[in-house]
Amino acid sequence: MKALEIKNLTKIYGNDVHALKGIDLNVGRGDFFALLGPNGAGKSTTIGIISSLVNKNEGTISICGVDIDDNFPLAKSKLGVVNQEFNFSQFEKVQDVIMSQAGYYGVSPHVAAEKSELYLKKLGIWDKKDVFIRELSGGQKRRVMIIKALIHEPELLILDEPTAGVDIELRRGLWDFLKEINKAGTTIILTTHYLEEAENLCRNIAIIDDGKIIENTSMDHLLQQLENQVFTIETDNDLPIDLNIQGFKSEIKDTKKFSVIIPKDTAMNDLFEDETFKALKITNIKNQTNRLEELFLNLTTKK
Amino acid sequence: MNHFQSLKTLSYVNIRRILRIWIQTIIPPAITTALYFLIFGELIGKRIGEMPGYEGLTYLEFMVPGLIMLSVITNSYANVASAFFGSKFQKAIEEILISPMPNWAIMFGFIIGGITRGILVGIVVVLVSLLFTSFQINNIALTLFSILITSTLFSILGLINGIYAKTFDDISIIPTFVLTPLIYLGGIFYSIEILSAEWQLISQINPILYIVNFFRYAMLGTSEIDPLLGFTLICVFTVGFFMLAYYLLLKGIGVKE
Repeated sequence: MKALEIKNLTKIYGNDVHALKGIDLNVGRGDFFALLGPNGAGKSTTIGIISSLVNKNEGTISICGVDIDDNFPLAKSKLGVVNQEFNFSQFEKVQDVIMSQAGYYGVSPHVAAEKSELYLKKLGIWDKKDVFIRELSGGQKRRVMIIKALIHEPELLILDEPTAGVDIELRRGLWDFLKEINKAGTTIILTTHYLEEAENLCRNIAIIDDGKIIENTSMDHLLQQLENQVFTIETDNDLPIDLNIQGFKSEIKDTKKFSVIIPKDTAMNDLFEDETFKALKITNIKNQTNRLEELFLNLTTKK
Repeated sequence: MNHFQSLKTLSYVNIRRILRIWIQTIIPPAITTALYFLIFGELIGKRIGEMPGYEGLTYLEFMVPGLIMLSVITNSYANVASAFFGSKFQKAIEEILISPMPNWAIMFGFIIGGITRGILVGIVVVLVSLLFTSFQINNIALTLFSILITSTLFSILGLINGIYAKTFDDISIIPTFVLTPLIYLGGIFYSIEILSAEWQLISQINPILYIVNFFRYAMLGTSEIDPLLGFTLICVFTVGFFMLAYYLLLKGIGVKE
């Protein structure tokens, strides 16, 4: 049984914009899945329809085997959604917002209070429980959004850009938290503009563009499609102006730093065996570009 | 799925909102009612004397049911219209729409908030009126029923307004330009018997006239209009508008793209 099964999902907005052109998408149970696409591609519309914020024109959606049109309450009870924009009353306190959300899902106040304490402590904002939402920082609000989505223990969690606008430390912390709940059995679907995030977290990926799924595969398989990889190399020597590494395109960045392009079917050993390269005292080698980003741009600009 | 828990939560959220902003929700009706009683009751009312059709009652006693209805109608309407639009504006409505809550529970959750404010304000107006006059209630059960169904009807109307509203202006246009004139011309301050035949006929188009007179009958035991007509009208309107609001939510009008 799939965690999410979408068939022929179509959405035409009132201004005759065909946001979704009959997409099919399956996400397996326990998966950590990336749904990527440029702005306006149809990601948020897809999530909007799954979470009942947008009406569909055609198609079916099943959440953990339950068709959303056949058994709306049961299907929705299995789903948690972290929307891109904050969606809570700014005039309520943190604990009240979380307890209300639990109540809407039919969770008793006693159970909700226990879960709320657990997640508030886990995400480091327990001391903010009696603070008004409007007084929280962006990162703290983002954590409240995640707690709200998890408070009824959903089997499928959809996060629409959960780390937008949060600092690096918090982003890493959220990654660890998401990995932990995924390991515990929650299926996660993630949309993000930080492609490094998708590459690090997700096992499978779908890319949506212009209302159609243009790629749906495993992350490993997708990354294998890379034609080239670019590495930045730092040395202890001053580099010669006419640096020439046999068989590789290279470019000097500054006196002690250069980049080199390694084609997909070329072994890195060839680079290390080059006489010029051997003469250099290498202090650092790093992958210059985000690999997924390069693929993403190739796929979404190929029209 | 425990829909009762969902309904209880949404009702509680709406009631908590009323109590949190009590200075905006409870106090103003007390002040305006006291002013109405002071000016129209004590100062001008004594010169007016009795209203035709209500012989034996002072003008103050005649006015009490009308002022209670005025407060119940405006407050239950305003409460739901602003609470629903407010949650749309802050996107908090998404918390509810994403959840498994059925549409009937969403409707009742907001309507219970409106009824609560209508009843709370009704009690405040009764207490204020007791400072100026004393009265006996003719039929307590009918009086309570009348307050309940009136606040229900106007909560539903407030909900429909909130569903359609796109800006803050949209939730003040109907109360200002439609509801207030209808209420003030709906027999709160006068009996339509004092009007000319033509204006009496025009007044009879106003549904608020029947609602106010139904309540006046329940409270004072006398009314210039057949209370059964008022009862029927308010029941038909309540059921009809409830079904309309349910349909709007079902279709996602005003809340879904």
